[in-house]
Amino acid sequence: MARYIANRLAQAVMLLVIVSAIGFAILHLAPGGPLSQYAASAQMTQEDLDRVSKQLGLDRPLPIQYLDWFGRMLKGDWGKSYRDGEAVLSVISSHLGATLELMATATIIAVLLGCWIGILGALRRYSLFDTLATVGAMIALSIPTFWFGLVTIYVFSVTLGWLPAGNRETVGDGSFLDLLHHLIAPAMVLALVETAMWGRFMRSSMLEVINHDYIRTARAKGMPEWRILTVHALRNAMLPMITVAGLQFPTLLGGALVAETVFTWPGMGRLFLDSIGYRDYPVVMGILMFSAMMVLIGSLLADILYAVVDPRIRVG
Amino acid sequence: MADDTGKFGVGALHLGIPNRRQFFQLGAGAAAGWSLAGNAFAQTERPGNPPDKPGGQVIAALSQEPTVFHPLMPGIEVDQGVWWQVFSPLWFIDPDGKFVPDLAREVPTIENGGLSADGLTWKIKLRSDVKWHDGTAFTADDVKFSLDLINNPDFRARSRVGHSLVKDIKVVAADEIHWRMEAAYSPYMSILGSLTFIVPKHILEKVSDPNSSPFHNAPVGTGPFRWGERVPGDHILLNAHTGYHGKGPYVERVVFKYIPDLTVLYTQFRTGQVDYTGLQGILPNFVQEAKTLKGHKIVVSATSSVEHIAPNLEFGPFADRAVREALYLAINKQAIIDTLNYGLPTQTESFVPQQAWSFQQGLPQHKYDPTKANALLDAAGWVRGTSGVREKGGVKLEFANSTTSGNAVREQTQQLLIQDWRAIGATMRVNNMPAAVIWGDFWQQSKFNSVIVGVNFMLGSDPDVTPRFGSGAIPAKGGRGYNTYQYQSAEADRLLAQGAKQFDLAQRKTTYGDLQKLIRNDLAILPLFQGFIAEGVKEGLQGFRPNINTSINCWNIREWYWA
Repeated sequence: MARYIANRLAQAVMLLVIVSAIGFAILHLAPGGPLSQYAASAQMTQEDLDRVSKQLGLDRPLPIQYLDWFGRMLKGDWGKSYRDGEAVLSVISSHLGATLELMATATIIAVLLGCWIGILGALRRYSLFDTLATVGAMIALSIPTFWFGLVTIYVFSVTLGWLPAGNRETVGDGSFLDLLHHLIAPAMVLALVETAMWGRFMRSSMLEVINHDYIRTARAKGMPEWRILTVHALRNAMLPMITVAGLQFPTLLGGALVAETVFTWPGMGRLFLDSIGYRDYPVVMGILMFSAMMVLIGSLLADILYAVVDPRIRVG
Repeated sequence: MADDTGKFGVGALHLGIPNRRQFFQLGAGAAAGWSLAGNAFAQTERPGNPPDKPGGQVIAALSQEPTVFHPLMPGIEVDQGVWWQVFSPLWFIDPDGKFVPDLAREVPTIENGGLSADGLTWKIKLRSDVKWHDGTAFTADDVKFSLDLINNPDFRARSRVGHSLVKDIKVVAADEIHWRMEAAYSPYMSILGSLTFIVPKHILEKVSDPNSSPFHNAPVGTGPFRWGERVPGDHILLNAHTGYHGKGPYVERVVFKYIPDLTVLYTQFRTGQVDYTGLQGILPNFVQEAKTLKGHKIVVSATSSVEHIAPNLEFGPFADRAVREALYLAINKQAIIDTLNYGLPTQTESFVPQQAWSFQQGLPQHKYDPTKANALLDAAGWVRGTSGVREKGGVKLEFANSTTSGNAVREQTQQLLIQDWRAIGATMRVNNMPAAVIWGDFWQQSKFNSVIVGVNFMLGSDPDVTPRFGSGAIPAKGGRGYNTYQYQSAEADRLLAQGAKQFDLAQRKTTYGDLQKLIRNDLAILPLFQGFIAEGVKEGLQGFRPNINTSINCWNIREWYWA
């Protein structure tokens, strides 16, 4: 097991290096730069821009900039944001809580609701419920998050006035109820696609399990249906979901990026978009590395967990 | 006190920005422009009086996030929204164009002895009752420190234009400072008034790296509001500075709320979550609807930005003035204004905003005349080929036009231009790019054929456009500035040099009037209209005053209060 984990860790580190090199190159080779936002200003001349560019070290050859950045990153210095001069790790951590809050809520909704829909759909295959759940999932997967977010705001905020049109909290309030009130709409929007995915995966997994011989044997022995479902079927059907859970992070992050923009949620997704727009290289690279690490850790944990519960994997 | 009004000229005419009455006396008003601004003011008249004590809060929504809080470092317009609240300049420029003393006791003029007749010696008298937010007294040392910091080679200063000419700064007393200018430079008055905020010496002299310190994210100023907190990506909170030396502030707290999507921003204004929509304001397509909302006021006001087509004058067909004139004649400008911009902007022929003292009346007015445009091209030898596209000497009248991708109105403008110009045998292709790309080297190094862009050409409120139209300001030719049009004119250079040395308003007005005539005649740019902004203010919020002389209309939140 230790050797298995060591191998997976080595692969993860290699992947991180590759991601950083490609990410750095793509970001810096894209036209424009951190100073282009000042181009329309009469205050700064080209001479001013050149001077600032030199002070930021942007005039150096790209490989030198990369090596410098990578070397400092290894020492824990992820650089400073070009926009506000804050340390990148501090910038990321200041946005991380909001994103985690949103993602965790959406995941809880999606897992509970999706698994319930999936299990029920599998048990009542081709029933009206199953058909509606399938059609619903297809629609949910097809709806652009941005559009759904705007519709949610229009219906629940503008028309009904039940929910705030955005933001994480009312400035000056910040009570638990206020936070919850603000969380409902974005979490609902973010959970939509996740619920559909969990539902579809769960249905397939459950269908596969309930057709196995040991389920038939259990039924033949006269075991109660609820016991077959919870003790035998559900446990085995949940196994593949470990991998699904591990790989959901990038999808969630992508959804959060849109939901955060629509609901003015101060999270990592919006920070990423803003930082790309401003070509804030250190922050973009920081988020890229952080996300890559999270994906790899998620995937690694899923693999380890899977290997723990299914010893055949370790051998393979 | 006459000297406090910002007149720093000689005799009856003053160099500086005249007030509205003087403006009309000079005959420099633009009826259309004023009527636009007039509407704005009419909607924001102040009933009642401000409260004795600060009360309530204002949530001001901004579509970009303020991130730079050191007011001397590179920042964008939205950062200035915070600077105006936390810091103070020596003097500021009010909506009527007057210089109003702030940290200075009076605006220096030749009359009051603050300026020498040759414009080389500046003597500034300062207020002695100003305190920094931490209670320390503001003195002339802070002014000297700020100017020295800008010129510090290790400091990432935003710009040294004008400041680099300042020499031999002497602190004469705690409330008086003198300096010598290396060369006379009259736009410096405007640069100091609208773009230079004073920073605290007692805090910043102790930091080891002038580009990075705790001050950068928790600034201390002398402005009407003191720093509260910043939640990155969400909001900035400022609290009233009760010891403020000027009038106000009348609200306890200001919250700058960052809402990047303009539709979402408008929705939050509509649902009452924000009290004011700033920076890019309300999208034109929402303005009519917004005006019908109960409990909200919509203020449409002119900005200094001039929306125009920027031709690269070194690019094939555009080098021929006849082509530029024909293209200009063939633009259905009114359709662009009425159909795409809901009739909100005002058409213009100049790079100077129509509200400015330096605006030149009587420039040749654009007329949509495709017949004349065709005749002009025929006469200039641009012959239609078999495909209908004109050419001359092997050069086809084909070019690309670029703008920021995703800007719906500009993209629709491009579609109209394609149609208009096809009618006279010119082919335009669209080549749009994201903001971070187009305004980088592509724009700065003149790699474009033509671009649709809105530019504020003014230096504060000063019409010195040397960085935009001076021959030595072409970055693609190694120059210092933003002359991306690659405009070169010996006469323009002469006028620019002359205007920057003049300290008499009448003379300056003539000089910059001649420059506007020249640039209009040369069609260095093809102006479309003067920029505008539609901003929403919740009913009951008083004191909002659009100011064309600042980059952001929430410059004076200190005067805002709830009625």
